[in-house]
Amino acid sequence: MMRHPKEEELIAYHDGEAAGREAIATHLGDCPECQEELARIDALLAALNSIPVPEPGEDYGQRVWQQIAPRLPEKRAHWWDVFFSEPKTVGWLAPRRWVAAGAIAALVFAAFIAGRWSKPVGPDTPVAVDQSKVRERILVMAVGEHLGRSEMVLVELANSGPQSAGQKEVNISGEQRRAEDLLEENRLYRQTALEQGDSALAGVLDELERVLLDVAHSPQQITPVQLEDMRKRIEARGILFKVRVVGKELQQRGESGNTPAEPNSSGKSERNKA
Amino acid sequence: MENDAIAVERTLAGDRDAFRILVERHSRNVYRLAYRMTGNQQDAEEVVQEAFLRAYQKLSQFASRANFGTWVYRIAANYAIDRMRQKKSEDSNRALPARETEDGMEMDLMSTVPDAAPSPERLAQSGQLAAEMRRALRELTPAERTAFVMRHWGGSGIEEIADALHSSASAAKNTVFRSVQKLRKALGPFVEQRGQSRAMGTQ
Repeated sequence: MMRHPKEEELIAYHDGEAAGREAIATHLGDCPECQEELARIDALLAALNSIPVPEPGEDYGQRVWQQIAPRLPEKRAHWWDVFFSEPKTVGWLAPRRWVAAGAIAALVFAAFIAGRWSKPVGPDTPVAVDQSKVRERILVMAVGEHLGRSEMVLVELANSGPQSAGQKEVNISGEQRRAEDLLEENRLYRQTALEQGDSALAGVLDELERVLLDVAHSPQQITPVQLEDMRKRIEARGILFKVRVVGKELQQRGESGNTPAEPNSSGKSERNKA
Repeated sequence: MENDAIAVERTLAGDRDAFRILVERHSRNVYRLAYRMTGNQQDAEEVVQEAFLRAYQKLSQFASRANFGTWVYRIAANYAIDRMRQKKSEDSNRALPARETEDGMEMDLMSTVPDAAPSPERLAQSGQLAAEMRRALRELTPAERTAFVMRHWGGSGIEEIADALHSSASAAKNTVFRSVQKLRKALGPFVEQRGQSRAMGTQ
């Protein structure tokens, strides 16, 4: 018969550890002393098991989500990860990335726009058509300008950075104030777009609103790391390009004073695809 | 219902709502671990939130072959132990005996626990026993407590515990042992006589 197992061996045995298990089991069969010792360990752990954990409630998971959701940074898409796995030093060459990021967004949105602004109007309501055309043109121009201004703020943010490597904080108060102003306008245009049933434009404006909110609610002095994070959030949405594409499109429409004629059944189907 | 792996993929692809599924699915489990580790509701809730925030941030490092539940559980354990260590150093100059009565509410909770097989002596002792168990757990070092909780309540393997403790496997094993040893010393007088008397009946 083997020697009495040590306390730690019995505890490991209790925990189901495999090493030396058989030998201990055999020993236990013959040794009342060790059986008692094991029973005491069992009793202790069983007693500790009876310590209750307060039940957090059925909706606990939902509550956790509500608490953390506002604190989650935007997650970048998969292909995007490749982009950002570049070394930090390259991180500041942001504009290059904007371009690549935009390629996809631009394509998608060109398709949206092509379809959207070519909505054929019902021939049976000519007066309504005229009025809605006028309203649409006004909205087009105003939103176009708004998007142009938003684009400038975002581009400035993208290009701002510490003047020197050692600089601890970057002041973005200028961009912030403008983002705050733009926010109000943005809400108005988004509502108007929604009322007019233009969900694509409303969608872009909605995304822009989140980005502007993000900018407006940051501290005035932020660290380069925070700035980079913010930039990534903006980039991940591809918002700058959406804004740029939509903005340009709207501007052209506004200048020509027309909604485009007919080239558009194709645009529409493309949009649907998108 | 979609499985964890898909939800992880969707989150990585930029769908934040997919992460919500993971949070809602695993919160309660992580909470139980966090509560046992920290010993109070407030800290436990904080650990849960932080664990999911960290999981979200580190999600691209998560190997999808692994189990998300286990992974977030480990993140929670890691964070909880750091937090306990920090707290311990913060209030190390506070007198220990005073803490027993600090959370009277939780002691009440404990004394209302239904016992599967209450013995008269157990019933008489339960309030006191529960308080003693809490105290004994609190007096473990953060590493011991983590090791104990992960091992006996989380069913974690030694490797996993070693990972949370940032220690070797053999050190983790020792920590598990030490935690049980300390608990035995503190609680033996309360629970082990009964164990002894039942010795032949228990497996």
